Amino acid sequence: MLKTTPFHPRIAALCKSHAWRRWAGYVVASSYELSHEREYHAIRVAAALFDISPLYKYLVRGKDAARLLDRVVTRDVVRASIGQVLYTPWCDGSGKVLDDGTVARLDESTFRMTSADPGLRWLEENALGLEVAIEDVSESTAALALQGPNARAILQQVSESDLAGLKYFRLVPARLRGVPVTISRTGYTGDLGYEIWLDAAHALELWDALIDAGAGHGITPAGMLALDLARIEAGLMLIDVDYVSARKALIESQKSSPFELGLGWAVDLRKERFVGRTALAEEARRGPQWQFVGLEVDWNSLEHLYAELGLAPQLPGVAWRMSAPAYAGGEQAGYATSGGWSPLLKRYIALAHLQSRWAAAGTLVEMEVTVEHRRKRATARVVPRPFFDPERKRA
Amino acid sequence: MSRSFDAIVIGGGHNGLVCAAYLARAGKRVLVLERREHVGGAAVSEEVFPGFRFSVFSYVVSLLRPEIIRELDLPRHGLHILPLESTLTPLANGDYLAQWNDHDQNRCELARHSLRDAEAYEEYGRRMHHMARAVKPLLAMAPPDPASLDPRELLGLARLGAHLRGLGSARFHELCRLMTMSSADYLDQWFECEPLKATKSASGIIGTLAGPRSPGTAFVLLHHYMGELDGVFRAWGFAKGGNGSVSEAIAAAARSWGAEIRTNAAVARVRVEGGRATGVVLEDGEEIHARRVVSNADPRRTFLEMVGEKHLPADFVAAIRRYRFRGSSGKVNLALGELPRFTCLPQGGAALRGAISISPSVEYLERAYDEAKYGEFSRRPYLDMVIPSLLDPSMAPPGKHVMSIFVQYAPYRLNGGWTDARREAFGDAVVDTIAEYAPNLKSSILHRQVITPADIERTLGLSEGNIFQGELSLQQMFFLRPAAAGSRYRTPIQDLFLCGAGTHPGGGVMGASGRNAARAILGEAA
Repeated sequence: MLKTTPFHPRIAALCKSHAWRRWAGYVVASSYELSHEREYHAIRVAAALFDISPLYKYLVRGKDAARLLDRVVTRDVVRASIGQVLYTPWCDGSGKVLDDGTVARLDESTFRMTSADPGLRWLEENALGLEVAIEDVSESTAALALQGPNARAILQQVSESDLAGLKYFRLVPARLRGVPVTISRTGYTGDLGYEIWLDAAHALELWDALIDAGAGHGITPAGMLALDLARIEAGLMLIDVDYVSARKALIESQKSSPFELGLGWAVDLRKERFVGRTALAEEARRGPQWQFVGLEVDWNSLEHLYAELGLAPQLPGVAWRMSAPAYAGGEQAGYATSGGWSPLLKRYIALAHLQSRWAAAGTLVEMEVTVEHRRKRATARVVPRPFFDPERKRA
Repeated sequence: MSRSFDAIVIGGGHNGLVCAAYLARAGKRVLVLERREHVGGAAVSEEVFPGFRFSVFSYVVSLLRPEIIRELDLPRHGLHILPLESTLTPLANGDYLAQWNDHDQNRCELARHSLRDAEAYEEYGRRMHHMARAVKPLLAMAPPDPASLDPRELLGLARLGAHLRGLGSARFHELCRLMTMSSADYLDQWFECEPLKATKSASGIIGTLAGPRSPGTAFVLLHHYMGELDGVFRAWGFAKGGNGSVSEAIAAAARSWGAEIRTNAAVARVRVEGGRATGVVLEDGEEIHARRVVSNADPRRTFLEMVGEKHLPADFVAAIRRYRFRGSSGKVNLALGELPRFTCLPQGGAALRGAISISPSVEYLERAYDEAKYGEFSRRPYLDMVIPSLLDPSMAPPGKHVMSIFVQYAPYRLNGGWTDARREAFGDAVVDTIAEYAPNLKSSILHRQVITPADIERTLGLSEGNIFQGELSLQQMFFLRPAAAGSRYRTPIQDLFLCGAGTHPGGGVMGASGRNAARAILGEAA
């Protein structure tokens, strides 16, 4: 059967829409209210509270913990400082991305890794001969994300220590109304935000504390539909939607390298050895064939397609996840994999894979849209990701 | 009376019917002759006990080729396959292992037993998917003979070679491992959970006198995943009305194209004149002429009984004599007054609607094999059970149930031979085994039908009661099935063809042999 997260009793009571979906074998709320809109706006104007417990989480401990993770992921884990969180992909031996997630250094020899897919087996296979203990803490560790401009103020109210010094992609142990947690300044919304990791036994206690403290700051439990729009605005990719794990790909062309996903910055070729290094070094020399880019659909072009039929433009208020072909220079230049109308930016945005020669910012391409049962092409411009990048995210 | 047909099909098993349907569809005048009172062979539904219907022999639709479902339009002729969504393995300690079609549900359940296996399962599934894709084209191929210089054979061989080269070295090596290893050894590379390994390895021993540790059994693991490739077709499942409705649907399709089907018409021999098959002689002496004769009977019965050794080359006769049957499985069908209550699932539940497998460990299966190896039936056998009345209520009166139990091992050559007393002792061993996991079973039995390999041979004419018309072991598969000179559906007798599971690709309610044979015949006729 589907599992429920440690926060489920609270969430079930609040989920008026009865709109549920699956995430990694758990049942999670798509939206709490009948429409996800208010939840989305809470991310950008107040604070949205997400249950992210379904993430896979592993504790990696021991003398060789840093060596193991350094060997597996593409970023430099050995040199990560205590309290640092690395966002990173990891690859198979051919340099194709298996998954992406975070590696957090809790102390000299203890790390917490999060992933979208199960990764215990992969870690264990790479740990042969190393002095390291790997523990799957996916079920015993609960996690919440508090995202939005008021997130810091809310956390500060319940925190016994000062959080002002907690920088972007750093974490700190803390007590929130007596509950021991670690707080990382990370998230999937591209906004000011935090993720809170705790023993599942304290889950409800913490939820109640946050809701209580956040009431005056507009804290809003939010579901996956709101998160999906926000992560597209933030230009963040989603496994199984924007890319296929090399582990699941049925054919070679379904796989992507970190370079092809715009994650070249996270590939540290100065490291002597890590899984996929040889192939990635070669690709870095050659340059990737594909790029992962932002697309902004031209309003006038879209409006025109609808106007031809006597209609006003119809906009995707819920983010879509499919494959929309993109054309340039008389050929298929690539495909968009997620997109939607950004209520904040008032733009129709999408994330797309384009062959490198069409991927430079400013390039005009055409994205397929279906207008009244007919396939049409709307003009779209390649734009840098993220679409939305407020200063408060890092400040 | 003498009448003439383009083709006579001996035996109305599902392959014979498939072959007849394809021939009739191509405009041939076809006659199917079935010895029993109804068609279907081993795929029949019978009301064994008033109000209770059983798939008496074969009991699930396994791998029925999607192209056959499509080309013969079987749904229009009444075929309705219901999904089997799980496999439940009850354990002696009161726990169980369930495997589910749903990804999340399956992972959650496996993780309860082994987190590592839960992860390995997905990778294993993908590997098997790749390998099944690699092997699948071979199913629809008339196997080329590598020893032949016939240009047609060489062309087929070249195609096969190109296909294997296209796999790439990693997959080719994996294929070699699958072809040579035992299923238990192969699964040991992946999993640590005993009931998981045992339940999976069981598919490698069905219908074969071999244990999970016998080399060559790993290959059969692929069969399950070949079914998954056709997932949307639900090629693996339970036919509404029992497996007889599969045969009925194929027969209806054949009739719709004008095929004639006669039951209670036992063929005594094939008429051979001047090295050609010219028709058949029925047991009552009636002679029927045809341009071609297609036999759905197994190779031994076809050649050694119906054709006769005097018409055949000596080396071919020797090869057919060597061809191994060694029936190793039996069947117990129960009419039940109430559902069995498994100790591991006191509340019942959805898992009862799937397969239920008594396969707690690889050692359990191997011990069951040990007894059969020395001529005894297994005291604690491997069982594969379904409760069809949970899927199709029309199989039993309201509130009552039927239970279909496939049993391995029951060797054809039982020490002292099969007698009524031994049959009942065998049935008792099966019921005792289940009762260890579901104590209310014994008191809920209204009727019991026990079928031994000897019964299968007597009732269906399958030599030594082998359900696949000969073991699915490597030395008699592909271009060696049933014998080097008789693969590709042709025989040393001109105009005599084989279309049963004793040809490539072999057993299961798959229909591929029947379809491939029809294509071979039509190719020749064209």
